[in-house]
Amino acid sequence: MLKAPLVVEFPFTRSLGPVQSAFLTGLRERTVLGVRTTDGRVLVPPVEYDPVTAEELRDLVEVAPTGTVTTWAHNPAPRRDQPLATPFAWALIRLDGADTALLHAVDADTVHTGMRVRIRWADDREGAITDIACFEPYDGPAPELTGHSGEFADPVTGIVAPARLDYTYSPGRAQTAYITALSQQRTVGERCPRCRKVYVPPRGACPTCGVATAEQVEVGPHGTVTTFCVVNIKAKNLDIEVPYVYGHIALDGADLALHGRIAGIPYDQVRMGLRVEPVWTEGARYPDHYRPTGEPDADYDTYKELL
Amino acid sequence: MTRDIAVVAFAQSDIRRTTEESSEVEMLMPVLHDVLHRTGLKTADIGFTCSGSSDYLAGRAFSFTLALDGVGAWPPISESHVEMDGAWALYEAWVKLRTGDADTALVYAYGKSSPGHLRDVLTRQLDPYYVAPLWPDSVALAALQAQALIDAGDTDERELAEIAARSRRAATLNPHAQQRGSHPQGDYVVTPLRHGDCPPIGDGAAAVILAAGDRARELCDRPAWIRGIDHRIEAHSLGVRDLTDSPSTRLAAEKAGAFERPVDTAELHAPFTSQEVVLRKALKLDDSVRVNLSGGALAANPVMAAGLIRIGEAATRVHRGEADRALAHATSGPCLQQNLVAVLEGDPR
Ligand SMILES: [Zn+2]
Repeated sequence: MLKAPLVVEFPFTRSLGPVQSAFLTGLRERTVLGVRTTDGRVLVPPVEYDPVTAEELRDLVEVAPTGTVTTWAHNPAPRRDQPLATPFAWALIRLDGADTALLHAVDADTVHTGMRVRIRWADDREGAITDIACFEPYDGPAPELTGHSGEFADPVTGIVAPARLDYTYSPGRAQTAYITALSQQRTVGERCPRCRKVYVPPRGACPTCGVATAEQVEVGPHGTVTTFCVVNIKAKNLDIEVPYVYGHIALDGADLALHGRIAGIPYDQVRMGLRVEPVWTEGARYPDHYRPTGEPDADYDTYKELL
Repeated sequence: MTRDIAVVAFAQSDIRRTTEESSEVEMLMPVLHDVLHRTGLKTADIGFTCSGSSDYLAGRAFSFTLALDGVGAWPPISESHVEMDGAWALYEAWVKLRTGDADTALVYAYGKSSPGHLRDVLTRQLDPYYVAPLWPDSVALAALQAQALIDAGDTDERELAEIAARSRRAATLNPHAQQRGSHPQGDYVVTPLRHGDCPPIGDGAAAVILAAGDRARELCDRPAWIRGIDHRIEAHSLGVRDLTDSPSTRLAAEKAGAFERPVDTAELHAPFTSQEVVLRKALKLDDSVRVNLSGGALAANPVMAAGLIRIGEAATRVHRGEADRALAHATSGPCLQQNLVAVLEGDPR
């Protein structure tokens, strides 16, 4: 069974509303802001709508960088991208002046509910929750507030939250057989036991009958262009001159067309019914493109079901 | 329009740590065939199809479209999908049947957790501004809730261990369960939760057939009538909530009619031992109710299917005449963020 590492990585780019913008800009400036609800509670971290009444909230209020642990969980084995690389505690922390708690990490071996902590700021701050490096034990008084209004000259308006997830991808039995055959420059499909259609590439099921396909069938190498399009815009990172032709190709013996690039013929001479064959390049794991075989064109009736 | 809707059949795969030899559709198809076989229906007979799964588990966009091959999706069928546990797909199908647009529905759900690192994958469902950048994993968040319960005097580690032991003992009678029989509590994963307090990570699939009115009676000797079903959500921010309680579960149960008469059986979707404590309190379940005879999520927790399995397990006990009025609960998100409650009844005997 084939297996391979698969990494999914994406920069999650999000814009901020006025409240989130003020909170995250505040962190960049070492100021913590909450939002006041109409019944006078202060929510930290702040949200734009009251979680109970759904009223819009805009009344920003400064709170202290010190607070109290309301619950905690000791994490003996930190995972990648968590705030600290050495054992730490997760905690919900109610900052002095706030009525709700913020989730973050506490850098301490022992933590208890009711413990007093304060923010340890990150050296490089950009307007993100990670501008708080973590919290640390603190038994002094809450510092004086500056009375910040929540107005900033250069507010942060968006965040980029990079994410990376690692997988071990396994395509399953049917697709493993397909990929393995391709490595020998052969194309195999699977025949449905009920409707007898041959699917390429095989995915292990007939989408018409909803039953497993198992009987392996070699198809091609020749095939027929069933439909095509002319690509006029050059794709990023793709070293193919435009215009080029991308087509659906029904390999001989297959009941489903697969797609591929059609070359070896001027782009404006490609046509439905054109007979083609795959062209493999050294060491490739799939055909680079399909080229005309020189055979007479296929009759429309022979491929009209495969359009 | 009001019409009675029932669960008439349920099937599930064996839940296993890994199914790397199968693609999603290959894992799912035997379950679909099984559930159809129980009613004698063919895929073409189904009025509506709805599924639950997650692209983040698969590591691939629109991953549910590949699984559609298994239901015979050509020629085109009436079909929908939720990026949630299949219990919510069942809710959508129930609405569809209530409107009279269909008489039967196939609901399925599947999840393969084995290709990725589930604790990391689940961080991506969190608030992307304030929480997800810290990567707090699913066990860590459940542990914060467990500590809050311990601080409140609602439970202790000994009771949590008993919940774990009872669940896995019950699972010895469940051939599909992943973790059965005695299982050591082990070390702390994230204090105060030990290995035994956490669900196994596994791959699996489940499917249910719903039918309306007389159609249900034709397809099943003793249909499990859905007397009520409702789902509710907590405030998004963890720090706003009282983690020792689940008002959304209580409200969903109330709207589903769960408190009108006592239930005799309950299937609770509590992936962590501490969450069963919260749910029992929210649902006012006392010792007269048989809870998680299947072993629950502590014995098998295929993400995206485990909630649907709770409904299926509860319905199966009604089908067999082992229960007359059963409650099924499903959850999604961190610390019981979203909760669905269904009340199932068999005809009087
Ligand atoms: Zn077929």
